[in-house]
Amino acid sequence: MPFLKVREGGRDGIAAFDCPPRKLKEAVAVFKNDFSFDSLCDIASVDMGEDSPRRFGCVYHFYSMKGKSYLRLASFAESAENPELQSISDIFANANWFEREAFDMMGIVFEGHPDLRRILMWDKYEWHPLRKDFPLAGRESTLPDTYEDSAGDDPMFVKPAPMEGGPFHSEPGAKFAACKEPRSREQK
Amino acid sequence: MKEEKIIDVKDVAAMAESGEIGERMIVNMGPSHPSTHGVLRMVFELDGDTITKCNPVIGYLHRGSEKVAENMTYNQFIPYTDRLDYLAPLCNNVAFATCAEKIAGIEIPERCKAIRVLCCELSRIASHLIGVGVYGMDAGAWTVFMYAFTQREKLYTLFERLTGARLTCSYARVGGLARDIPEGWLGDVASFANQFLPALDEMDKLITRNRIFIDRTEEIAVISRDEAVNWGLTGANLRASGVESDIRKDNPYLGYENYEFDIPVGTKGDAYDRWLVRMEEMRQSVRIIRQVIDKMPKGAWHVDDPRIFAPEKRSVLTQMESLISNFVLTTEGPNLPKGEAYFEAENPKGALGFFIMSGGGGVPYRVRIKGPSFVSLSILPKIMPGHHITDVPVILGSLDFVLGECDR
Repeated sequence: MPFLKVREGGRDGIAAFDCPPRKLKEAVAVFKNDFSFDSLCDIASVDMGEDSPRRFGCVYHFYSMKGKSYLRLASFAESAENPELQSISDIFANANWFEREAFDMMGIVFEGHPDLRRILMWDKYEWHPLRKDFPLAGRESTLPDTYEDSAGDDPMFVKPAPMEGGPFHSEPGAKFAACKEPRSREQK
Repeated sequence: MKEEKIIDVKDVAAMAESGEIGERMIVNMGPSHPSTHGVLRMVFELDGDTITKCNPVIGYLHRGSEKVAENMTYNQFIPYTDRLDYLAPLCNNVAFATCAEKIAGIEIPERCKAIRVLCCELSRIASHLIGVGVYGMDAGAWTVFMYAFTQREKLYTLFERLTGARLTCSYARVGGLARDIPEGWLGDVASFANQFLPALDEMDKLITRNRIFIDRTEEIAVISRDEAVNWGLTGANLRASGVESDIRKDNPYLGYENYEFDIPVGTKGDAYDRWLVRMEEMRQSVRIIRQVIDKMPKGAWHVDDPRIFAPEKRSVLTQMESLISNFVLTTEGPNLPKGEAYFEAENPKGALGFFIMSGGGGVPYRVRIKGPSFVSLSILPKIMPGHHITDVPVILGSLDFVLGECDR
């Protein structure tokens, strides 16, 4: 497959490739049928940061029961505003929930997914918490109404967590010791 | 995108009247139900007593572990891994530390590996004891649960002596362990192993050939070989379907290749096979534990690298360099290079995978946790239909999941 590029940076000895998002489904099908990577281990959604040209993407891990080896396939969506990838849920059955999770946590839309809705957060939640611009403390949002009566007068809220100066690790590589101090960092 | 439609009880009545849903009934189970082993919610569509549709709703235990991991050092995250599969915390610690060590590119000493194997196998027994005990209870066999808990209590006493905590052990560190094993502990593990096998036989006698138990579990929730592979099942659930796959054998880590053990494999892939596989895995774990105790190497139990592992307390108190490296390690975390690594460990519930992207330094850029229970639960909509509602606790018990690592 000429469109695959060897992916650098792996430190675990797993064969790794970068795949353009339009060819993802094709590549996965070839790996499954011709190279017997018959089991999908994991889909990890990744946010490479706001200034990155390809911001959102997924890192897929496959396992071959026959060859007893792993395969890593990374694919990054072209647009950062509307990140879109091809769904592989008709090739691997468990991709269904993994993709729902990636959509929930990172906001990546999977084209051709049969039932793309949130899985860990509730349906009316507005954010995608694993994005890098989402603060650790969380953002205010309403909880789903559990009881009919509580809807009008006192809706339940999720409030950002009090951080009290955390997270408590200092930044490596800062020039001055004071800049490394966790408490000197501004709360976003 | 489809919106989930939450149907109210009174709407169901109206829909039934208008003929929209016919004779079907919508039944909600959970999130607080004893047989859901935590906070799993399922919405069933029933035709009489038979399930026609099952929609699992997860996320009630979501704590954002992956987000939390991006904001702390590697060693600070170890206690959070305790809360993934909280029935086998030691395995999770080891899996995360091993993945971070892959990024660091370091090889841990033999003694450290042996202690980690011992921890993993002991917690495998502890987790399977819950697995089979609660499974038995779900199928109506109360006594085996009590037998299992008696043994598990002995294990937790051992864990407490080793790590200082019964449940939240936080024992592994990147490049080593929190501390060496205490004096006389190995002997107690050996005597635990000796008395455990007869106790396991007793549990076997109680239930494995029990007519009622077999009637309730045989031919229930059959997962074929191909289905199990395509759905990505791992661990005992996969092996019960007849796939001989165990990461400890196929891609050995922590020196598992040095120990002799067999992989039990099921033939039918039904709920009863999953019981048998778990029972046999405990026996194999005992085999491994005995070999580890016999071969336990002497020497260092952590890497000797001040950028990865904190120096000994005595030298921190007396030597300037050790104090500095201890301080840097505590505040900035172990200094790991840039890169990414994926590691799967054979945990009691299945393959627990960690995918770590490191941008260099002591804080990971992205940590992805693949919980085996997440996958085990995703198959529910496939296997539930066609079974009676009374089979639900048996099916859930046979899959042996834990919501802590499903929701993360």
